Amino acid sequence: MGDGDPANIIELENVDKFFGAFQALKNVSLSVKKGERIVVCGPSGSGKSTLIRCINRLEEHDSGKIVVNGHELTGAVKDIDAVRSEVGMVFQSFNLFPHLTIIKNLMLAPRLVRKSSKSEARDTAMKYLERVKIPEQADKYPSQLSGGQQQRVAIARALCMNPLVMLFDEPTSALDPEMISEVLEVMTDLAREGMTMICVTHEMGFARSVADNVVFMDNGEIVESNPPDAFFEAPKNERTKLFLSQILSH
Amino acid sequence: MIFDTALILDSIPKMLFGIGLTFQLLFLSAALGLVLAIILLLMRISGRWYLSAPTMVYIYIFRGTPILVQIFIIYYGLPQLEFVRDSVFWPILREPFGCAILALTLNTGAYVSEILRGGVLGVDRGLKEAGAALGLSARHRFIYITTPIAIRLALPAYSNDVISLMKSTALASTITLLDMMGIARTIVAETYAPYEIFISLMIIYLALTWMIQRSFGWIEKRMSRYVRSEA
Repeated sequence: MGDGDPANIIELENVDKFFGAFQALKNVSLSVKKGERIVVCGPSGSGKSTLIRCINRLEEHDSGKIVVNGHELTGAVKDIDAVRSEVGMVFQSFNLFPHLTIIKNLMLAPRLVRKSSKSEARDTAMKYLERVKIPEQADKYPSQLSGGQQQRVAIARALCMNPLVMLFDEPTSALDPEMISEVLEVMTDLAREGMTMICVTHEMGFARSVADNVVFMDNGEIVESNPPDAFFEAPKNERTKLFLSQILSH
Repeated sequence: MIFDTALILDSIPKMLFGIGLTFQLLFLSAALGLVLAIILLLMRISGRWYLSAPTMVYIYIFRGTPILVQIFIIYYGLPQLEFVRDSVFWPILREPFGCAILALTLNTGAYVSEILRGGVLGVDRGLKEAGAALGLSARHRFIYITTPIAIRLALPAYSNDVISLMKSTALASTITLLDMMGIARTIVAETYAPYEIFISLMIIYLALTWMIQRSFGWIEKRMSRYVRSEA
């Protein structure tokens, strides 16, 4: 416990990550305070997903330091399951458990990890299903829901663990355009309520309206990090300018 | 030649006397084989070479040799070994029934463990990651996520193996057991009418296969109810 600034819920210091000979993260440093909302953007293959996957150790970094909620994630991490249970994650492809109904998707981790009683877990699950506005789908299977609904369920599933921070890995990239807004709406609500969030996304409107900081990555490096006004109006780096011109032009 | 339909109708009930033994061979070796297959699977995917290497050798041997040879080695070969005759297993291994069960179990165990492994490997990595991200331990992920999905994925191939096993039980007749095949061979020896008798036998085996197929079809349908409505 007690590494770095205690106000920081997440701290990355000079993190490197290799996939074979390919360096996915180059000397990445980032700190996230409680309640802070970070949007990470950048071209594909720039290391955005790898970055947030390292934060809950779905990928192991090769060097540097990652501290999550006071736990250092280096070497063999014994309490990794406990750390992960405090960090919610939403994936691009939803990853709902196909063999479980929606309500059971939401109840599984609280029952097994938090040892909640059945009724307790059910109440929590229904509370969050109502927050993402699909309580009526509780007894259906994931395959019976639309993509947007599935992603909202995935957000609710993460929230059921009452996480300190939420990681979003391109949550709207696999969605049909008409479903993107319903997911962004839920994420925006969450941000307004003060949830600490790191979102990898290309939704620049979302970044503009909720982010405290927008981080631009390219080639495994953090190229630029600024509050949205400065980031969008006065990007400093040439690569950021190029990226923004490409992504905002359509 | 004259095809004797009456002989078919006459011999089917006689062969059905052996169906009990066929069922015993099938269910007992299927059940024991499944247990063996799960143990082999866990060893194989343990990530420890000293557990996975022996299973690979085992699977190679039992998949790579005819089951008839395996039955003969167990029935004719093992009793030659003194320590087998002295062991607690001798009461089982001195009986042809025990030998047949052992051979069928060892054989199907090898196949089924590979079928189950296929199921486990087929589980979407993203689902396991979602479980991990929620803080589920590796054991919980295996029990609550991997296993149920792997079972559904493995089921069609597994039902094939049960049908195979059912047909393999006929080989037990080579070591004196009077299952349906054994009875058929006895009747043929008495009547000199192999054509009619073996056709009758085929009809019975086909009926059994149909029953196995239907049962597994029903189980598959039940287990896949969550994927049926996929848009």
